[in-house]
Amino acid sequence: MATTSVMGGAVKRREDPALIKGYGSFVDDMTPTRVAHVAFLRSPIARAKITKLDTSAAKETEGVVAVYTHDDVSHLGPLLAQVPIGKLRPLLADGEVNHVGEAIAMVVAENRYAAQDAVDAIDVDYDVMTPVIDLKKAKSDEIKVHDELESNVLHTWTYHGYWDALGLEDQTAEVDAAMERDDAVVVSLEMTNQRLIPVAIEPRSVIADWNPGYGSFTIHSSTQVPHALGGAVSKMFGLKSTDVRVIAPEVGGGFGCKLNVYNDEILVAFASQALGRPVKWTETRREAAGATIHGRGWIGTATLVGTKDGEFLGYKLEAIADMGAYTQNFTVAIPLLGLWIASGQYKMPVSWTVDCVVTNTMTTDAYRGAGRPEAIYYLERVIDAYAREIGMDPLDVRVKNFWQPDEFPATMGCGFALDSGDYEGAVEKLKAEAGYEDLLQKREEARAEGRHVGIGIGSYVEVCGFGPAVLAEIGFSWANYGLPASFNGSGIVRVNPDATVTVVIGTGPTGQGHQTTWAQIVGDGLGIPVEDIKVLHGDTREHPMGIGTFGSRSLSVDGAATFEATKKVREKAARIAAHILEASADDIVFEDGGAHVAGSPDKRAEWAQIAKAAYQAHTSPEDLDSGLEAHTTFSPGNATWPFGTHLALVEVDSDTGDVKILDYYAVDDCGNVVSPMIVNGQVHGGIAQGIGQALFEDAVYDEAGNMLTGSLLDYPLPTAADLPSLHLSHTVTPTDVNPMGVKGIGEAGTIGSAHTIVNAVVDALSPLGVKHIDMPLRPKRVWAAIQEASN
Amino acid sequence: MTVNGQEVTADVEPRTLLVHFLRENLRLTGTHVGCETGYCGACTIHVDGQPVKSCTMLAAQADGATVTTIEGLAQNGELHPVQEGFWERHGLQCGFCTPGMIMSAAALLAENDNPSEDQIRHGIEGNLCRCTGYHNIVRAVEYAGAKVRGEEPPAPDWEGAS
Repeated sequence: MATTSVMGGAVKRREDPALIKGYGSFVDDMTPTRVAHVAFLRSPIARAKITKLDTSAAKETEGVVAVYTHDDVSHLGPLLAQVPIGKLRPLLADGEVNHVGEAIAMVVAENRYAAQDAVDAIDVDYDVMTPVIDLKKAKSDEIKVHDELESNVLHTWTYHGYWDALGLEDQTAEVDAAMERDDAVVVSLEMTNQRLIPVAIEPRSVIADWNPGYGSFTIHSSTQVPHALGGAVSKMFGLKSTDVRVIAPEVGGGFGCKLNVYNDEILVAFASQALGRPVKWTETRREAAGATIHGRGWIGTATLVGTKDGEFLGYKLEAIADMGAYTQNFTVAIPLLGLWIASGQYKMPVSWTVDCVVTNTMTTDAYRGAGRPEAIYYLERVIDAYAREIGMDPLDVRVKNFWQPDEFPATMGCGFALDSGDYEGAVEKLKAEAGYEDLLQKREEARAEGRHVGIGIGSYVEVCGFGPAVLAEIGFSWANYGLPASFNGSGIVRVNPDATVTVVIGTGPTGQGHQTTWAQIVGDGLGIPVEDIKVLHGDTREHPMGIGTFGSRSLSVDGAATFEATKKVREKAARIAAHILEASADDIVFEDGGAHVAGSPDKRAEWAQIAKAAYQAHTSPEDLDSGLEAHTTFSPGNATWPFGTHLALVEVDSDTGDVKILDYYAVDDCGNVVSPMIVNGQVHGGIAQGIGQALFEDAVYDEAGNMLTGSLLDYPLPTAADLPSLHLSHTVTPTDVNPMGVKGIGEAGTIGSAHTIVNAVVDALSPLGVKHIDMPLRPKRVWAAIQEASN
Repeated sequence: MTVNGQEVTADVEPRTLLVHFLRENLRLTGTHVGCETGYCGACTIHVDGQPVKSCTMLAAQADGATVTTIEGLAQNGELHPVQEGFWERHGLQCGFCTPGMIMSAAALLAENDNPSEDQIRHGIEGNLCRCTGYHNIVRAVEYAGAKVRGEEPPAPDWEGAS
């Protein structure tokens, strides 16, 4: 495979050589001199007053350096949050605990074994209280989780009322009126979109190193948002940003769970400052399950009303979303991401209400898709049930109600406009790729043999590329972390004196291959080989500003900024080349690793000459600043709205309830593609996580609030043997929201797949009368549904 | 024990896990810890030629054994075919599970250099990956198998896709 092709080419990843040889540098791989190790005492009880907390024995344990509790750190305040609706998390428990896994005390010791020994020596008594776990009970306020809050309902998101300034019309009456029509077909499904544990395979890890001489922190953390962490530390410790350097080196998967500033990061920094030595903490898998954010966790009823011939007349969702005990980064704002795509690819009135309730469980926040998989799941499941009800093909019913290509930009009832789309185009491609007619035939043949084969269809539109500066006006603001408020992207492109290029971006990879994609963008713009381009990310000293990697935003926002910075560098390089060649800058063209005068290929300046000239006053134009560098920020006017349609072919063993995925086809449209290899990789992984939710994963608290799925034994991830190879294809509908026409692909696979699988299983079992099964569709649950339908 | 061809000797606490010994005493940090319970497989190494999850073994149990970690897989600067396959077929994203996954796949191919897709999938099912959906890991192992057999690997499936 070529390594030098550029935009649209499959360039071998620049990050891979270190990683495949075992030399990638993750946080836990680092061991600074004199480092001390942290272990936390965490609550085994969901809700209790702490009646005794005695750390004296722990302090005497061999190898212990220090033990800290709430009073030692209370001066720092609670953990900062971006959308601070609800109760913010105390850094260490403040006389009470509100979920299993809540940190009560921090031990610092000479090694991790000694730290854990000391945790075991802490004497703590609890006055156990009745926890609030069930979402309906939480909403009822029968027991309040936090006395100081008015209600367990922290916020209610409604389709028309989420942002008063838009003056949106409430469409509820229109939806309700449609249900009363004589020709109305009304289909409702009560469904759970279960809580999930993100499970990045790399546990989170942080090393803080306070240098008492310089009065500054160097913090390495496994995070998606190093600048937010740096800002939070600056703010909480009262330091200048120049005295806090945060580095996110290799990050072993994030999926949203590393898109939070965590109390452990702040506490490790505190300990380092207090002790004047580096301090390190790496979470255990059990801590990852109970003290790193969860995702999803909704219950609700979706209702679709339409005519007998398949015309949608309205959609209604009434749901409750679980926020957990404490508000962290986005927590309460997650359902809003779903609200913006509540109507999916369809033109219809929407009534949408989601109550955000607090419970005695771990905080929920952004997990791959974040609000969007939930919203699309409810919509697309009920569309499927409606299609079955009226006896219409599930693809036909969707196509009948799509926004049409000439209607874009298409302003939805939520006030935002879908940027571009050809939804039917994706469906047509899917039909061709999957051989839809043949599959229908195959299903009928299988059914005739008594086999339970089903075809599931799932469409989606998502919102990503965050994003528009107006988000700050509705409470998404990085200002709480001491950063500029908005979600601007940024890129710095610098051609060095030896004609290598350094690119610095405000967003870093957790596996997405930024070093490769950004090298392609800049290499394409300058005509410099990707081998000579070094992409730096995740270091707050290298770049003054960065929002981070999440919400499928890196390429469409920070990539766009880098694209623009590259153009500026090329323009300046043209002026230098013109000076060298004694020509006009307007006549300079870049080709084959250098510049020449248009029409005179022999009149040529190589990049090496241009770069050197830029750094010598006597060889560059007098009116130009020295250096060859540009720093551009990019503020998108709108989010981007990728879309697609997926198809799954499944077979259910009615004796065991086992679901087998026979085939999976996906057509995704993320606009223009820089690297088809990386884009497909993102879709593969996204689909695997959607299948994981559909078939396997479930984060379970029992009634007493015990975490029942605290290990990978109890929380099964899909293995290689559980998944099929995937058939991916794409349509390309560029966006005009950014200059590259790219939309984002990180979450599409997840948003498109869970409902596709469930729709397929329900299709397989519909001849038996099964109408719905809640995820995860593990054999026991599927078997029970078959039994229930059969009896 | 012998690690990547080098004799190593050390006194350790009896409870020291082999993975901690490799990472902290020998500074061979390519072997990762993902779950400490033997489920994720990120810590997979070869002990006397067999794949072993090194978080489920005490360092003392490896006394006298021959250990190969990811750092010792490439020979004379040449990537192992499985490493090459992972690079050529985008078999890794974040790269955290990758060393363990490569060690398992290398052990699989050492036993059977022409595994079916099903055999590959079952051969690596003890190693969890959260990024790739395993699709390209399977392609990477197929690539490596072809290389081991001296055949031309199949073309990448993103080529020609539209």
